Amino acid sequence: MRKNLKLIATLAAILGLFLAACGGSGINKDAGQAAACPDGENNGDGVTAGLVFDIGGRGDQSFNDSAAAGIECAKSVLGIEFSESSPNDDGSNRAELLQLQADNNPIVIAVGFLFAGDAATVAANNPDTNFAVIDDAMMDWEAGGPIAENAAGLTFAEHEGSFLVGAAAALKTETGTVGFIGGVCCFGLIEKFEAGFIAGVKAVNPDITIISQYITEFPDFDGFNAPDRAKEIALAMYADGADIVYHAAGGSGAGLFEAAMEVSQSSGSKVWGIGVDSDQYNTVDEAVREYVLTSMLKRVDNAVFLAIQSHINGTFQAGQTAFGLSDDGVGYSTSGGYVDDIVDELEAFKADIVAGNISVPDSME
Amino acid sequence: MKNETIRRIMLALAAPFAAVVFATIASSIFLLIAGSNPFTAYGDMFEYGSRLEIQVDILNRATPLYISGVAAAIGFRMNLFNIGVEGQYRLAAIVAAYVGASVSLPGVLHVGLILIVAMLVGGAYSGVAGVLKVTRGVNEVISTIMLNAIAISGLIAWLVREWQAGGSVDATATNLGVGTEPIDESGLIPNINSWLELFTREIGKGKELTGVFLVAVAVGILYHILINRTRFGFDLRATGINPFAARVGGVSDKKMVLGAMVLSGVVAGLVGMAEIAKLGRFNPNFVGGLGFAGIAVALLGRNHPGGIAIGALLFAFLDTASGVLQVTGSASREIVFIMQGIILLAAVIAYEVVQRFRIREEARLASALLEGDAQ
Repeated sequence: MRKNLKLIATLAAILGLFLAACGGSGINKDAGQAAACPDGENNGDGVTAGLVFDIGGRGDQSFNDSAAAGIECAKSVLGIEFSESSPNDDGSNRAELLQLQADNNPIVIAVGFLFAGDAATVAANNPDTNFAVIDDAMMDWEAGGPIAENAAGLTFAEHEGSFLVGAAAALKTETGTVGFIGGVCCFGLIEKFEAGFIAGVKAVNPDITIISQYITEFPDFDGFNAPDRAKEIALAMYADGADIVYHAAGGSGAGLFEAAMEVSQSSGSKVWGIGVDSDQYNTVDEAVREYVLTSMLKRVDNAVFLAIQSHINGTFQAGQTAFGLSDDGVGYSTSGGYVDDIVDELEAFKADIVAGNISVPDSME
Repeated sequence: MKNETIRRIMLALAAPFAAVVFATIASSIFLLIAGSNPFTAYGDMFEYGSRLEIQVDILNRATPLYISGVAAAIGFRMNLFNIGVEGQYRLAAIVAAYVGASVSLPGVLHVGLILIVAMLVGGAYSGVAGVLKVTRGVNEVISTIMLNAIAISGLIAWLVREWQAGGSVDATATNLGVGTEPIDESGLIPNINSWLELFTREIGKGKELTGVFLVAVAVGILYHILINRTRFGFDLRATGINPFAARVGGVSDKKMVLGAMVLSGVVAGLVGMAEIAKLGRFNPNFVGGLGFAGIAVALLGRNHPGGIAIGALLFAFLDTASGVLQVTGSASREIVFIMQGIILLAAVIAYEVVQRFRIREEARLASALLEGDAQ
């Protein structure tokens, strides 16, 4: 009997662990992008594309949904067909999914740098298929060329976009304290957001206090899909006097906006969250929409669209394609109209960065 | 006597068979509710699984699952719940990758060193939980869960930065470089495609069957011998079945707890070796979660070396098949997770039912014999 009790207790504990691992993915599959699609010739008839999402998958209201919006645009504007898939939670079948998509489609889009290694391998084994990887350059820096002739890397100047929302936060804060929530620390990518954000805040007013916190540390990537933990961190930041918090945490961001709503309603003075990747005013749940001050736009959608378009037109380019402020690859959103009064200042900063008068740091060192 | 053996085997097979049948029926109901055709979905899964390249994928997935299952089973055999395989194998993998990258040795020695380091680290880390239990009576479930957190969010996060290749992370370039220094070719366990190709056609699409598969086979054989053919294995089972009787019989339960815990960790250390051989280093693509999955596989396989193999292959097949369902669109990939959950629950229940049936049967036989004696 004691043995059985122990077994049951342990099973319950294990079940709890599984549930904890699966929990918190409040999926909102209908959340679309209101942003207009880019122009293009409808010449993609008969072309199919495969898309593989990463951690969080479709419905994260942020990074993955931006990629989804891009391929939806490619479908409606260029006339292609596509199939999409998401890896298992532990990411063990990324290479298999890339291969599966390559079996069926002439172009495969991999959403996220975690695909970089597998995409390089699968690209080498499928020379007739084009691959595009978001967030990795797909360059062999030592040899000075692309890793594979059929693999493109689409990267973004996230620090420049983050600079602008940092400036917006600094111009809008009333408490003189702002916060930053990073999804996963210490592998280089999210620090770009943090460094840019801090530089933007300081450019407006060097006396503003910035509270920074990451949800998990690499190699634990749960931080991109942990809205519950983002919410706890955000609540603590608001309690410490921050009134605007910027997140670079993908699917975890939903927790930030929930926290902003709760704090605003209970304290009576409004606090804000700043979105990332997608225009989150349009992707978050209706109830928390009014707490999205602005979003740092990372136009993954455009990058996906352009990659498919270049494939159709035969101009597919291997290796790195970098998107920045100058080509609207990153930027800030004005949906909701909460930053309309400071657009002039933000545009001035933007012009300075594009002109090279301001150099935005891309790492925390 | 012969009849008795067949009967025992039938009883042993009844439970897992019933579990799989039940899980298939239950999953079909879920599929129907979700508006999918179960036959199309299963058909897609089996068609996909019948391709040689995909079978390689399945074996590659089953290999670490099996080793992880054996690691958990060693503890289960004596009623020890080593939930810490997760932390043990990840910690072992990063240390082994670091050590492997910092030396250059000829092939066999290099691979041997990496495996030994991994086993030592895994054993040492699970040993902490063993020592805590023996000296302070700390429940191993609690301590191993804590040790998981310490290993994954603490030690590994720190070590991976300490040992970052090239000193620092270059955010502007490419994230491919994140991770420990690459291990020389000589330290990477080669694929065994040529072995498999003895029986099959050539493996295409650049798929490679991991050489760690052989390590998993060796682990299974050694586990079988250890449990059934050694003094330690006998003591282990005896302590698991009845610790008090075992103590009276002269088995030191403290020694057994520590021994089983360390051994479980030693095997756990090998779980990550297929990943390290594939990646050539420890980097963000290193797969986590195999430790928890191994617990499920061990439960499914009833801690039996052959049973664990079947469990590992079944779960590997389902994990792999989730991909094709998304591409053909015949069902949502989540059905696979539902199936895994139902199979597990059904197996636990079915084993319990069969066990009760067996006890009742034995009681009936015994009383029949007794009555026979009385007459």
